[in-house]
Order: sequence, then structure tokens, then C-alpha cells
Amino acid sequence: MTQQTSASQNPNQNPNPGKIKFFAKREKIYPRRVNGRYRKLKWLAMIVTLAIYYLAPFLRWDRGEYAPSQAILIDLPSRRAYWFFIEIWPQEVYYLTAILIFAAIGLFFATSLLGRVWCGYFCPQTVWTDLFIWVERIVQGDRNARKRLDQSPWGFEKIWKKGLTHLIWVLIGLFTAGAFVFYFNDAPTLWADILRGDVSGTVLAFVAGLTFSTYLMAGFAREQVCTYMCPYARFQSGMFDKDTLIIGYDQHRGEPRGSHKKGESWDGRGHCIDCTACVQVCPAGIDIRNGLQMECIACGLCVDACDEIMDKVGLPRGLIRYDTEGNLENAYKSGKREKIRFVRPRTIYYALVLSVLFGVVTYSLLTRSLFDLHVLHDRNPLFVTLSDGSIRNGYEVKILNKQYDPRLYAIEVSGVPGAELSVRAAGNPDVKALEVAANAVGHYHVFVSAPAQENDRVPIHFTLRDNETGHEDHYESIFISRRSR
Amino acid sequence: MTHHNDDHKNEVDDITGVETTGHEWDGIKELNNPAPRWWLWIFYITVIWSIGYWVVYPAWPTISGATKGAIGWTQYEKLARDQAEIAAVQATYMARFAGADFDTIMNDPALYEFAVAGGRAVFKDNCATCHGTGGAGGPGYPNLNDDDWLWGGSIEAIYTTLLYGIRSTHDLTRQSQMPAFLADGLLKRDDVIKVVDYVLAANKEGTVDIDHPGRAIFKEQCVSCHGNDGRGLREFGAPNLMDAIWLYGVNASSVYKTVSQAHNREAVYQTVAQGRNSIMPHWEGRLEDHTIRQLAVYVHALGGGEESSVTDDTTNFSEPEPEPEPESGED
Repeated sequence: MTQQTSASQNPNQNPNPGKIKFFAKREKIYPRRVNGRYRKLKWLAMIVTLAIYYLAPFLRWDRGEYAPSQAILIDLPSRRAYWFFIEIWPQEVYYLTAILIFAAIGLFFATSLLGRVWCGYFCPQTVWTDLFIWVERIVQGDRNARKRLDQSPWGFEKIWKKGLTHLIWVLIGLFTAGAFVFYFNDAPTLWADILRGDVSGTVLAFVAGLTFSTYLMAGFAREQVCTYMCPYARFQSGMFDKDTLIIGYDQHRGEPRGSHKKGESWDGRGHCIDCTACVQVCPAGIDIRNGLQMECIACGLCVDACDEIMDKVGLPRGLIRYDTEGNLENAYKSGKREKIRFVRPRTIYYALVLSVLFGVVTYSLLTRSLFDLHVLHDRNPLFVTLSDGSIRNGYEVKILNKQYDPRLYAIEVSGVPGAELSVRAAGNPDVKALEVAANAVGHYHVFVSAPAQENDRVPIHFTLRDNETGHEDHYESIFISRRSR
Repeated sequence: MTHHNDDHKNEVDDITGVETTGHEWDGIKELNNPAPRWWLWIFYITVIWSIGYWVVYPAWPTISGATKGAIGWTQYEKLARDQAEIAAVQATYMARFAGADFDTIMNDPALYEFAVAGGRAVFKDNCATCHGTGGAGGPGYPNLNDDDWLWGGSIEAIYTTLLYGIRSTHDLTRQSQMPAFLADGLLKRDDVIKVVDYVLAANKEGTVDIDHPGRAIFKEQCVSCHGNDGRGLREFGAPNLMDAIWLYGVNASSVYKTVSQAHNREAVYQTVAQGRNSIMPHWEGRLEDHTIRQLAVYVHALGGGEESSVTDDTTNFSEPEPEPEPESGED
């Protein structure tokens, strides 16, 4: 991997030749417009991902009258997360961990097969940067026009063009931030609240913060996020091997490069006409002909640019192409392009891990308990002697009803001979029919009375039964008869 | 070695082209690299911000206090505002709670929880000193978790005890007295030992031994309050002597342990000989009525609370049972 330092490209940067400069200023990139296969794919990916992002909060999913009917919702005040048929309670956040691991391995798998497709097409940083560049181009014109505008003195044209660009950027940022808060509130209600101008300070603060960060990241930081901030960029090359699809320049075919006039012979020279189209379209501002570089997000726009040129000069496409490192190295010399080996130890390994993980997550989601029992022994007092000499222990019982309707539960104890269970709550409920509201945690203080046991503390087993389904959950606690001797 | 040399003021570092500060440590020279511009600007902005802060908020100490801010903000005022916010949330419950009788409260989950939560906090402030944070009491201080109540365990009875106290200075106080039989010369030492033996034996066996030498003394001196069967009378706040709970026992659960019988014997002896008359203060006039009612619900909820219908305050106690044993052979 070689990396051109910007200092060598811009020798004027250092006012003191021979002196070391420790800071290389970012050079602004003006990506040129390009058409082609990968550009079309990129537009498509942008439309699909943005549509998902903006529209997903408005999808409905019926969960009955006791739970929200928004398909995707992170309900922070109630501490619940909903995703269609999946609901996650705070203590089940390990599902989120599993989903994140799944996403990470999925990224590794995709990377080992197709290279950095995530970076080039789906990463929000890429999508929004692409959108912002598109706005820039609509308002200010293409690469050269934008360059000229930047170099021209401030005047009416520059002010209105720049102003309009930034205004649209801020508006996009506002909509991005606005869509984000919909994931945390009932979207139609919040939308109505926004239209009435009646929104909480929290919502406003998040909208302001995210508007600013979108404006900053997609408007200014852009490729610097990928190069300097993103950890994936740094370790994704670790997933590459000779069979990974990468964007590459076929240097055996292209070199030696040089300008070419129509009708000139191609003998004794490479196919690269050094038109720098590939450099001009690059949103990362690199020259792909220098080989695979960390800054390359594999968007394929240079492939489109080069193919366009190759068509014009009447040479076959693919001087820059999506191909494996092996093919880029050997295909031109041998005249034979190897078939891409998608099935390799690395991909098999990732696929295996992915499917195992998918199986585990699916299994645990399918077998997720719909109610849980938690029992906490009272700390003070640990036990109470009753007038007949028997012993009573108190327990804080929590019943987690994850179902979308109120349920009645029966609670029982076993393991302590002669144990009797009672509960003290409003309306003197029956221990065989403790009601717990839908999608909520029920708290009950229950008492177990039993003759003093032989041992100071003996295990006691709590059983909770859903009266409707008959399903059970269990919890082990202790029964204390006296202070430890 | 450190030295400062003014001659080096304008020395320029060969490699970086940056001026040195003239500071040198063992040949290492400090370069005069200014702080980044963005950092400097943030610094200036915070300086300007602080001036605004001085104006708006209390900032500068004076001899008697501090400068008042332009908006009149103080921590006291903020505390008062926060407390008012909480009180406003409470008010909705409090209005319902204050207007509800015990029967309503005990059957309304929201009111019940409100009472228990409020009672728990007030208990720790006012009651825990004697009864313990968990209400488990100690020698001389009743355990409020158990089912043994001197004056009744219904919500109404607990409320009454809380209002007027026991042997308190309130006019309506609950009043009972355990005489100091030995100290006041009512009984001789031998008789005290006999009656203590009798009480402990009866308690241990669970039945009255009519042939016990202490039985006669018990009948003469104790039944008027503790009942013929020794099971106490709540009317007088007289404890049940047949149960496993000893207010002044060293360790209530040790009753079953032979080894600690001596301790109980000593404690019971002390009680009979010297009398025991501890005080529960009245809370009427010292706590708000709704607070006392919250406390009553909380204590009732600790586990020993009784149904109102079973023991309706002090009026509903068990009638003295007819003499179980034949009169003959006693006198």
C-alpha cells in the first residue's frame, strides 16, 4: 500500500524549503461528475438507504392497546426497544450485542468477498457526503466551476451560490436530525407536535446537535472521517487477500502511461492516457493508479470514469476495474482472467460464524421468555418470629410481563416443609392470581411463613405460573430461620 | 541543568524553522510553538463568557455574602423550585389520599403504594430510632413486622396508637401499667420466682399447668390484665404471655433454646420484679394527619397488619374464657 503525501503534491505548502512541516493542511476535493454502472448503483444505494432512514419510523406494527404500534421505536422513558416482532427490555440488551456482532461479522464477510462495498455504497458518511456533493454540484456547477468559484473573489454570484449550498445542507441536516428523533418518539404524534411547534427541549437539543453534526460531517469533514476517524477503514484491509474484489488499476496494461493523440499507435506504450479522469472523480481525492490505498472507499467511480475514456479512445474497458489483486497482477500478462474464487477458507469461515450466530440469535429470540420472575430476599429484617414460634421471611417479587395484555400469575414455593405463602398489597390479592399490567413489571411483597427450620438458612424455590398458558418460571432464594450460629 | 539566556531569544531551530523560547534543558531547547488558533479563540470566548456569567449569576464574594446576579438566581431558590415541582406531583395523590378512608386506601393500588412509599420515608425519619429501619425493633421496642400486637394490629388500631402514643403525654394516650411487684412490695421474692416459673412453663408447654405452685399467684395478681389463660388483653395493652414473642426477652427466637432459657427467665423476672413501662410518643400535632395515616399503612404493610373486621381497634378482643380448670383443689 503506498500513500502519496499531500506535501509532495503541493510543494508550495512549506514556506521554508528544507524545513519540516508537521501539519499537512487538507486539500479540498472537487469530485467531478461521472456516469456509469457504479454511479448508478451508488444512486440506487443512496435512494434505498435514505428511504429506509426517513420512512422507517412511520411504519406501523400492531401490538394491541397496551404497547406502542410503531414498528421501529426506542422508547427511552419506558425503557423498551421495538423492532417489528422483536421487543427488547433493558436486561435483554445482549440481543443488541448479538446484533452488533452479527453486523460486524457481516461486514467482515462482505469485505472479504467484495472489498469495501459498505464504505463505498452504504455507510451513512458516504451516503450523506454524496448527497451534499450532489447539492454542491447542482448549485455551483461541476468540478471546474466549483474550483473557479472558490478562487474567485467574493461577489454577488459567490455569495448566493455558497449561501444557497449551505442553506440546503443545513436543511438536509435538519431533516436528517428530524428523522432521527422519530425513532425515539411516536412518529405521527411527534410530527403533529412539530407542526404545532410544541416540542420538548430534549427533542430540540437533539435536532440541533444532529443538524450541526450532519452539516459538519457531510459538508466539511467528508473523506477525513474515513481516513482519520473510522476504525473500519484501518482494519478492513486486514480482511483482504489475493482473491478479494478491490478497485484496482491494471498497471501492466496501463504503463507506461502518456497522452495519446487519435490515430497514434498503441505499440510500446500502456493504455493509460494520463487524462486523470480517475483522479478528478475520486471523492477521496486519491490517484488509484498508485495502487490500493487506505483512503479508497471502493465506490467504483474511477472505474466509471476510466471506462468512459476507454470507450472514447476505442480500447476495451477495465483498465481500472473491480477485480482481485491476483487478476490485476497476472491477467494482462497471461491474457487470461482467472475466475473469482468466492468460496475460500476465509469466506467459508465468516459464513460459518455468521450462520452459527444467526442460529443462536434466532433461537434465543424464538425461545425468549414472555415473562420472568425475580425474587429478592428482604434484608431488614432477615426473618420475623411470629407469635406461634414460626418464622416468616419477606421477599420482593418482581414479575416481568412481556406480553401485550395484562396477565394473572400464580406463585408457589417449595423446598421448605410447611411453608405458607401470602401477599400483602392493595385489595388483598390472591397469590394464585397476581395481576401484572401488560408490558410491565409487577412488584409484590410476599411473605413465606414456616416452622423454624433445622438449618439457619435453607434454599427455597419459587415457581411462577402464567395462569393463561400454564408456562412457568423459577427462582431460587433462601429461607432464613435464625441468625447464623 | 536549566538556564535562561536572553541571547537565545530569537534563536531559530534549524530543523523546524521555529523560534526557541530560550529555555534549554540538557541541550534540549523548547520551541515557541503557539497554541492552535482554534484553541486560542475558544479560550477568548470562555473569557468573554465568564464576564457574562459574573453579571448574570452570583459570582464575587463580598464581606456579607456575594454579588447578586442579574436574574436573581440562587441555589436556595432553585431548591425551593425543585421541591415545589415535586410537591405539585405529590399534590394530585395527596388530594385523593387525604379524602379517602382506610378502606379505600387499602383497596386502591395507587393510593396504597403512595401511602407505603411516603410512610417508609417518614418511618425512617421518626420511628427508626427505636423500632429500627426495618421496623424489627429490639428489646423493649416492639417488632412491627410480627403478628403480635399489644394494642391491636388493624389499620385503625395502628393509626390510633400512632396518634395518641402509649403512656405518652397526650390526653387520649393508650395507658397500661405493669406493676413492679417486688420493688413495690406486692409480692415476695419467692412468689415472684414461682410466678415466673409458672409463666415460662406454661409458655413452653403451650398449656396451663393448674398444679404449678405459681398458678395461684398468677390467678391472684396477673389474670386481670393478662387473662386467665395468659393470652393477654388488648383492651389493656397486656401482652400475650403464651406466644413466642417477648418484648423484653433477650432473644425472642431463643425461647425454644433451652440454653437461653436462663436469659428469658432473668428478663421475665426483671419485668415482674421491677415493672416495665416504656413509652411510645404521640404523633398527633407533631406530624400531619395524612403523614400519620401513611405511617399506619406502611406499618400495616410490614407484614403483621391485621384485617379491620377481625380486630376493630380495641373494642374487639376475645372475651375472657370460662375457667378451664376446676375450681376445686386450688384454694
